[in-house]
Amino acid sequence: MTDPVLDLSRPIGDAVRKTTCYMCACRCGIDVHVKAGPDGKDRVAYIEGNRDHPVNKGVLCAKGSAGIMQHNAPARLRAPLKRTGPRGSGAFEEISWDEALTLATSWLKPLRDTAPEKLAFFTGRDQSQSFTSLWAQGFGTPNYAAHGGFCSVNMAAAGIYTMGGAFWEFGTPDWEHTKLFLLFGVAEDHDSNPIKIGIGKLKARGARIVGVNPIRTGYNAVADDWFGVTPGNDGLLILSLVHCLMTAGKIDTDYLARFTNASVLVNQDPKSADYGLFIRDDELRPQVIDQRTGKLAPWNGEGVEPQLTGTWRNAGYTHRSVFHLMADRYTDPVHAPENVATRVGIPAARIRQLAADLADVAFNQPVVLDRPWTDFRGKRHDRMIGRPVSVHAMRGISAHSNGFQTCRALHMLQIILGAVETPGGMRFKPPYPKPATAHPKPHSKVVPGQPLDGPHLGYPQGPDDLCLTEQGTPARIDKAFTWENPLSAHGLMHMVISNAHAGDPYKIDTLFMYMANMSWNSSMNTRGVIDMLTDTDEDGDYVIPRIIYSDAYSSEMVAYADLILPDTTYLERHDCISLLDRPISEADAMADAIRWPVVTPDRDVRAFQSVLCDLGARLSLPGFVNEDGTARYADYADYIMHHLRRPGIGPLAGWRVGDTGLQDGRGLPNGNQLNEYITHGGFWTSHIPDEAAYFKPFNRAYQDWAVTMGLYDVPLPYIFQLYVEPLRRFQLAAEGHGHRQPPDALRGQIRVTLDPLPIWYPPFEDAHIDPAEYDVHALTQRPMAMYHSWGSQNAWLRQIHGVNPLYVPTKIWKKHGFREGDWARVTSAHGSITVPVALQESLNENTVWTWNAIGKRKGAWALDTDAPEATRGFLLNHLIHELLPPKGDGLRWANSDPVTGQAAWFDLRVKIEKSGAPQESQPVLPPLASPVPKGPNSLAWKIR
Amino acid sequence: MTRLPPPSAVKLGLVIDLDTCVGCHACVVACKGWNTQSDLGTPLSDQNPYGADPSGTFLNRVHSYEVTPPAGPTQQVHFPKSCLHCEDAPCVTVCPTGASYKRGSDGIVLVNEDACIGCGLCAWACPYGAREMDPSAGVMKKCTLCVDRIYNDALPEVDRTPACVRTCPAGARHFGDLGDPDSAISQLVTDRGGFDLMPEQGTKPVNKYLPPRPRDRDTAGDIDILAPLLAPVAADGKGLVAWLDRTLSKLPGGHG
Repeated sequence: MTDPVLDLSRPIGDAVRKTTCYMCACRCGIDVHVKAGPDGKDRVAYIEGNRDHPVNKGVLCAKGSAGIMQHNAPARLRAPLKRTGPRGSGAFEEISWDEALTLATSWLKPLRDTAPEKLAFFTGRDQSQSFTSLWAQGFGTPNYAAHGGFCSVNMAAAGIYTMGGAFWEFGTPDWEHTKLFLLFGVAEDHDSNPIKIGIGKLKARGARIVGVNPIRTGYNAVADDWFGVTPGNDGLLILSLVHCLMTAGKIDTDYLARFTNASVLVNQDPKSADYGLFIRDDELRPQVIDQRTGKLAPWNGEGVEPQLTGTWRNAGYTHRSVFHLMADRYTDPVHAPENVATRVGIPAARIRQLAADLADVAFNQPVVLDRPWTDFRGKRHDRMIGRPVSVHAMRGISAHSNGFQTCRALHMLQIILGAVETPGGMRFKPPYPKPATAHPKPHSKVVPGQPLDGPHLGYPQGPDDLCLTEQGTPARIDKAFTWENPLSAHGLMHMVISNAHAGDPYKIDTLFMYMANMSWNSSMNTRGVIDMLTDTDEDGDYVIPRIIYSDAYSSEMVAYADLILPDTTYLERHDCISLLDRPISEADAMADAIRWPVVTPDRDVRAFQSVLCDLGARLSLPGFVNEDGTARYADYADYIMHHLRRPGIGPLAGWRVGDTGLQDGRGLPNGNQLNEYITHGGFWTSHIPDEAAYFKPFNRAYQDWAVTMGLYDVPLPYIFQLYVEPLRRFQLAAEGHGHRQPPDALRGQIRVTLDPLPIWYPPFEDAHIDPAEYDVHALTQRPMAMYHSWGSQNAWLRQIHGVNPLYVPTKIWKKHGFREGDWARVTSAHGSITVPVALQESLNENTVWTWNAIGKRKGAWALDTDAPEATRGFLLNHLIHELLPPKGDGLRWANSDPVTGQAAWFDLRVKIEKSGAPQESQPVLPPLASPVPKGPNSLAWKIR
Repeated sequence: MTRLPPPSAVKLGLVIDLDTCVGCHACVVACKGWNTQSDLGTPLSDQNPYGADPSGTFLNRVHSYEVTPPAGPTQQVHFPKSCLHCEDAPCVTVCPTGASYKRGSDGIVLVNEDACIGCGLCAWACPYGAREMDPSAGVMKKCTLCVDRIYNDALPEVDRTPACVRTCPAGARHFGDLGDPDSAISQLVTDRGGFDLMPEQGTKPVNKYLPPRPRDRDTAGDIDILAPLLAPVAADGKGLVAWLDRTLSKLPGGHG
């Protein structure tokens, strides 16, 4: 018997085109294999990871491989749409692009000329923020932001203010050297493939992985140790670890003295208007005690040896270093494991065990590299000594009303161990490190017909930088950068619709959104938002008069817009993953990337950024027209290659034109730049010299390299801000100092929560409801094989995650006598849902959870109306409000972090009861009419 | 009935590390994508792909199980499962047409779709549930070990590995010759105590699984070793500063 002869050497397709994935925000490189179809046109045959790419190094997650089904999804919009029925009906007519853009211009032009703030332009999962913000700045509206405010701004802002960088896009564990990896509350999404690659490396080396998460799935399932923390208490756990380490003296004192502001002196005179601020010299440089002289010296003085425990007596007061304040606060027994264990939900012995592990790895197992380097004070170090403890966290710890301070606490833990920017610890990725002071401040000054006075978003240094009008009212529709949330660095997209509906702080005319599913999973209080979008005034006009929306797919939001600008799929468009934004750099290399149309659209759709170039020209926005008034950019590709942000600096850093040829980093625009990227695999990379690879914020070699490459224009060395002075400036205002004063109602909140040293306080919701009645915490996670709502129209991915039961821990399961197939009524202070339940034992005993955004509205995403996503799937969003319940003080407090305004999704508390089985998950919303036809009844995607 | 060939010297297969698998389903979808475009057989179809009960053919699926140890918290294990390319493959011997066969050269178990009558006996005989009937094509589908990748001269040499292995982000999947005791994956099996799935079935699977390492270290044993690391040096902030000043002054270059 002989085996059949097989032809085993067939090529995959006709060509391989290398571009960047967009199935989530991870930005992996992909090889798209295309093959000519029967009509001779190229079609996508197969997608796999690009082996040369710095982010994913060849591997690809389930979403990435399923991109082919996203690209071919029946939910793709086909042409511009104009609403013909009432908002929310889904009734549209297809119109031409010329008609669509003429209409949009006729709405927007008068606004720009008279009241630019009446345009609110918010982009969701936007990877072109340096471009969309430029457009909004040119328009002159202060009302621009992306989705960070309801995602992870606490993590980003705490990182930038504390260390000049954050996790994920801006930082990474040193996977090659780390010996203990601590993963806090992360959903299984951001930095998808790099984290998995990293976990694989640690497993292969036998390094230890510790998961701190109420839910044990995914990464936490493979963790060597799992700490099922009670939601909202991560900060308490972290400060307890800090307590254990500090009382035992297990801190990196040399690192703290040299590279953090622990050695900076703080004004201790309670009568002073500068109480709690740094002692500064005439050049406003914070002062330390120089060990060599025992005298005051600037923090960055040449050769200065800062004394960690410095004190300085002046005018009858002993001014003390930040370290004294930390020592007083964190050695307090209130932080001892025994005193927090019950709240945290973890026995004291295990907290001590973790603290001891951290001490052991950091101080008994240092990583020492024989690489001499020179710090910014000119001191030569003959080796690089690292503390191989690394950390990652994202939305899990950040989406709480105590999230900013919790994220700060986590960074403080890393820093006292000496584990940031040292071998084995956390490392920054260019353009980071970059301190908060090197970022713009927020701008909001409106002049009709003129551009805004500067970038919208930034990092305030004190009350003077708030976005307030001359009357002291919020300048922005989302009330970002106000006393309610002064450091709202990413804006508050989740407040735009409710504020616009309330006309508070003012009414707007046009809401313009991109890739943001606000009438579904991207809003708290989904039902309420739908009502706001459709509400009419006494004249029968919509309270929010006009809504323009751009999306590639028939999402729930489409039905609520008046004009739809259909976007392309990610395989049909140009993009730049830019160093001006969130590039693809790694710790050892600066890198950026592109997307390009690897196939041609078969529908009448246009890339949103190209549409903005066109609209910008029609509106004569500065930067979008030539001197003669003609369009500056033919399309987004043209912009990518020719826009100059600063002299020599454009959206892409590779293959720029120099004096003698093409060069990296700085240079003149190159009209062939995108072709160079395409030829080189879709990305560009430049390696950081070995001497510059660690200690980057303090390392002269790195600083000089960064200037050469155009990341900075001058060296910007800085030290980590364990004590964040801008927070203290807001506290001082709340204490009555300064000319800009907060409303009295907010003074107490600001004094307590804007503490310049990390603190923990209970989630706000706990004080607005009865925690005994609402005794269960409710969370969501995003599955690794699904990204928000985007995955649900994907024929392959929805077979993996087509339903989302509420996972219930054993204690609650038994208490209510649940059985398989049962339903539960879940009630919060705001609303109620009835949903299917499933038992999960590997779960914090007081926590329930479900997968995020699997539930779908009937009629959306080209799914059949009886799709499980629409009949059994559900959103927790119905249970969450953007405001906390009234507590009898006559005020409504925001359900968000008081520092950044981040939506506090994960503060949610509920009560659970067994329910009879309804026909469908409750609430049921009426179906939307679909603007696209139904999909096929069977699929077999093969290009022949 | 179909005969098995004599055992081959080369036994190509997979080693799957249950300690490392995070359950991300990357392998599931890469497999689906590859074998849908493959010319080796008909595409893997999906029925009702946008409807109430979507159901498609997959050659590899990931299951998750909870395991509750006598002490300590409940654990979760992700368990990817595909054809194990058994040496004594009951799916082959049960096949009435010879469509199901095991290659004599490398031990890969395949289905010759031209000869498959879609009777489903092989799926019934497989104790692992590793075969799926494709309703559109009416033929039996199973893992091919990407035989059209691993010998494919049109691919770069580094890519001549199964799609699931190439894509696995955590590196939990390994491919190689389990007939060669010196191969890297045979060594991995030896070092990590790799095991057969359901050995009592007598199928002699070629694929092996590496067990999860122990989880959730008990505090009782460790705290004695670790406790000295946390021995307090001071009772309060003042004490800590004083301790630090004493300690630092003793170091070379100290300022005491």
